[in-house]
Amino acid sequence: MSARKINLTVNGEAVEAEVEARLNLADFLRQAIGLTGTHVGCEHGVCGACTVIVDGRPARACLMLAVQADGAKVETVESLGTPESLSELQQAFRDRHALQCGFCTPGMLMTIEALLRVEGSPTREEIRDVLSGNLCRCTGYQAIVDAALDAAEARRGTR
Amino acid sequence: MSTRYFGAAVPRLEDPRLLTGRGTYVDDIVLPGMLHAVFLRSSVAHGRIRSLDPSAALSMPGIRAVYAMADFVSFGSGPMPTMAPHPLLKSPITCSPLAVDEVRYVGEAIAMVLADSRAEAEDALAAIELDIEHLPVVANARQGIADGAPRAHSGRDSNVIATLRGSHGNVDAVFAAAAHRFSETFEIHRGGCHAMECRGVVAAPEPRSGELSLWTSSQSPYMVRRHLATYLGRDEADIRVTAPDVGGGFGPKANVYPEEFAVALAALACGHPVKWIEDRQEHFLATTQQRDQFWSLEVACDAAGRMLGVRGRCIHDNGAYAPYGLILPATALASFPGPYALAAFDLSIDVVLTNLVPTTPVRGAGRPNAAFVLERLADTIARRLNLPREEVRRRSFVRAEQMPYVTGGKMRDGSPVAYDSGDYAKALSLVVDKIDAAGFEERRAEAATRGRLLGLGFASCVEDTGLGPFEGASVRVTPAGKVVVATGAASQGQGHATTLAQIAADALGVDLSQVTVKAADSRIFPLGISTIASRVAVTAGSSVEIAARKVRDKAIKVAAHILEAGEHDLEIENGQVRVVGVPDMNVPLSTIARVLSGSAGVPIPAGVEPDLAATGYFEANQLAFAYGSQACEVEIDPETGDTRITRYVVAHDCGRLINPLIVDGQIRGGVVHGIGNALFEHMRHDEAGQPLTATYADYLLPGAAEMPDIEIHHIETPSPRNPIGAKGAGEGGTIPAVACVISAIQDALGPAAPFITMHPVSPEQIVEWIDQTRK
Repeated sequence: MSARKINLTVNGEAVEAEVEARLNLADFLRQAIGLTGTHVGCEHGVCGACTVIVDGRPARACLMLAVQADGAKVETVESLGTPESLSELQQAFRDRHALQCGFCTPGMLMTIEALLRVEGSPTREEIRDVLSGNLCRCTGYQAIVDAALDAAEARRGTR
Repeated sequence: MSTRYFGAAVPRLEDPRLLTGRGTYVDDIVLPGMLHAVFLRSSVAHGRIRSLDPSAALSMPGIRAVYAMADFVSFGSGPMPTMAPHPLLKSPITCSPLAVDEVRYVGEAIAMVLADSRAEAEDALAAIELDIEHLPVVANARQGIADGAPRAHSGRDSNVIATLRGSHGNVDAVFAAAAHRFSETFEIHRGGCHAMECRGVVAAPEPRSGELSLWTSSQSPYMVRRHLATYLGRDEADIRVTAPDVGGGFGPKANVYPEEFAVALAALACGHPVKWIEDRQEHFLATTQQRDQFWSLEVACDAAGRMLGVRGRCIHDNGAYAPYGLILPATALASFPGPYALAAFDLSIDVVLTNLVPTTPVRGAGRPNAAFVLERLADTIARRLNLPREEVRRRSFVRAEQMPYVTGGKMRDGSPVAYDSGDYAKALSLVVDKIDAAGFEERRAEAATRGRLLGLGFASCVEDTGLGPFEGASVRVTPAGKVVVATGAASQGQGHATTLAQIAADALGVDLSQVTVKAADSRIFPLGISTIASRVAVTAGSSVEIAARKVRDKAIKVAAHILEAGEHDLEIENGQVRVVGVPDMNVPLSTIARVLSGSAGVPIPAGVEPDLAATGYFEANQLAFAYGSQACEVEIDPETGDTRITRYVVAHDCGRLINPLIVDGQIRGGVVHGIGNALFEHMRHDEAGQPLTATYADYLLPGAAEMPDIEIHHIETPSPRNPIGAKGAGEGGTIPAVACVISAIQDALGPAAPFITMHPVSPEQIVEWIDQTRK
């Protein structure tokens, strides 16, 4: 297999790695650099569990090759808060019970994080529309929408 | 006991970990020397394996082994054990971990490749030379039961493996005397699991101890251990099974799967840890599904529309094997007569083998099927007699003053069904009121001015919860004063780490942050059954209450000794045992735990066992019956058939709520699963048994943009059958949801439209019905 050297930024840290051309970004993040917060749910770009932020925009890490991330700035769920200090969005998810099994959650968080950076006051409908690319079998989505609205409000209050 | 946490909407203790990417799901486990497994699966629904040649695959880079069943003969052989034997099944109908000779559904595992990486293993799959002779296929149950049908298993006399029967009263007399009798046939479609985490297994032989460790994304890790031990001829004590964080279960992960055995066998055969992670396509093919049933039913009612009796027959698509015995059809049968007080019923279910993936319970098990046909029959009566649908139900329901109510039905174990508590009509009235049924015709008229069809639907159900025999728990106070709750009950997102901690914290008077729940690890707790059948709050919750109470009594006994006070003068609060009214006279639980942990030569109080700990096993011999009603409004675009659920109201009684936040989450998720079954989820197979919808582009799951906000109202009637008054909450959202949505669509289409007897209902189907109506 042909290996290629890539240089990228992951959660603010420079990463240099030699990767096979066919390795996708999700497997790279999970296996090569141990960031297992990014989950793989369908491997065909529908469920959104693997969503990360690449150069400021949400992207399916299962549909992107690691070599395509050469030179990119990648953010994963690990870049948000910590268990001791959750981000506003993570805290809103907890307060609203917007996660159950937690498997789709990293993708949900990164999709909404990307939304809130560009749209500070989304409506319920806009949030539901943006979440149409993220599947959740546990929550029925309502609590996730509530959490996104809460987080938007919290962010507005602190800015 | 000062109740502080029970009933409170406290945020979950497991969340900070899961929200920050720090969960540990099976695929996050990496062991030194671990190999990656992929399965070669059957591409035909029924065939005979003529030959399998792995030589080309074995020469490829990174390939360590290709195994067929014959390679495991020194560790185990033969078909897998059944999880639930049934007297009607003379011998288990299960597959081998890897197929031997005959394959009976598309996706059945035949061989496995082990490699240094999953990618290399997948590369090698295509190089295995497999020759399969095609055999005639039974692609659905009605075909399978017909005269002259091919056999789903060569060599079996019949595809019908059992006929289950449930009856009560003199059904012929009731029908003969009834004012009205109506017949309908129903077609209920299967759906899949679709937990966002697919299945996964890691097996690791421990060369020094000879033990085998298994991590599996299972709802039933202890069942995996028990059956694997039997299969391998080992003692359970030599097998450790853990269910780590599991990304959703919804029923299908409760099975003991061939892949779990195959991965364990492969790890033993190669001496390395082996990981297998199911991909989504395999999930469509090889994770169990459920719900294909064809019902022919007749309902009898009196002149006022009161339902008196139901009789008829069901053809149940079992799929190719019965890993879970007959539990799924038996659950469907045991769900009659639902909330209705019937003078008589007589039902039978023919369980038919087909060449499709096996069926086992998916959220609700057979209960949504029973709810669908009963609710549609109630709507039939209303339609034929021109009565309000809610009125037919009110006249037919079991009444509150009849509790406990013996239905005449029998549970899966043959014991009589007796509903314990509740007011079914009250739940229905609540949703009728909250959705403003009185103002509906006005809203319908308004929608008509926009060219839209508005419909209002209702449905109700009763659900047996808290299935026995037990789910145990231990509670231990550590010398640091922390409380550790251990249980065999696995969690797939239900929040047990919070709800069980709430119960323990109250009993021991400690802050919730001091309690940790450890679950589903056979080294931490010895026994477990399964997280199925909405049973863990009732079973494990009650066991935690019992164990924590024992610990409390023990702490008070030792504190009385230390404080030289009478036990009756002591209370437990803020992590201390203290003298009532004299808070300065206290001893912390940590001190008591240290005393009971023992020091060389230092006696502990006489008559007290060491360790500030206790184990509880609540004897769950009687079911707790949850119930509820749902109402929804749909808005249909008659040109496109696009159907939007605009409002959804739930009334639900699951007894005492441990944590309303979590219960609401269970209900909402459950309703949305049911909406998926009503409108979206269609697992199509062709006449050769080939799955046609094996991606999320073809098989539609309910998405955020299509789902309504769901309004929930709780009725809290404590169950008298367990110490915490709880009833299960995991499936009550799903069970009546399909019937509710279909009832609303029917209402929108109007009285001239055909009576809807199937689901899922697609936009094309709706347009077709509208066209028929207009003709």
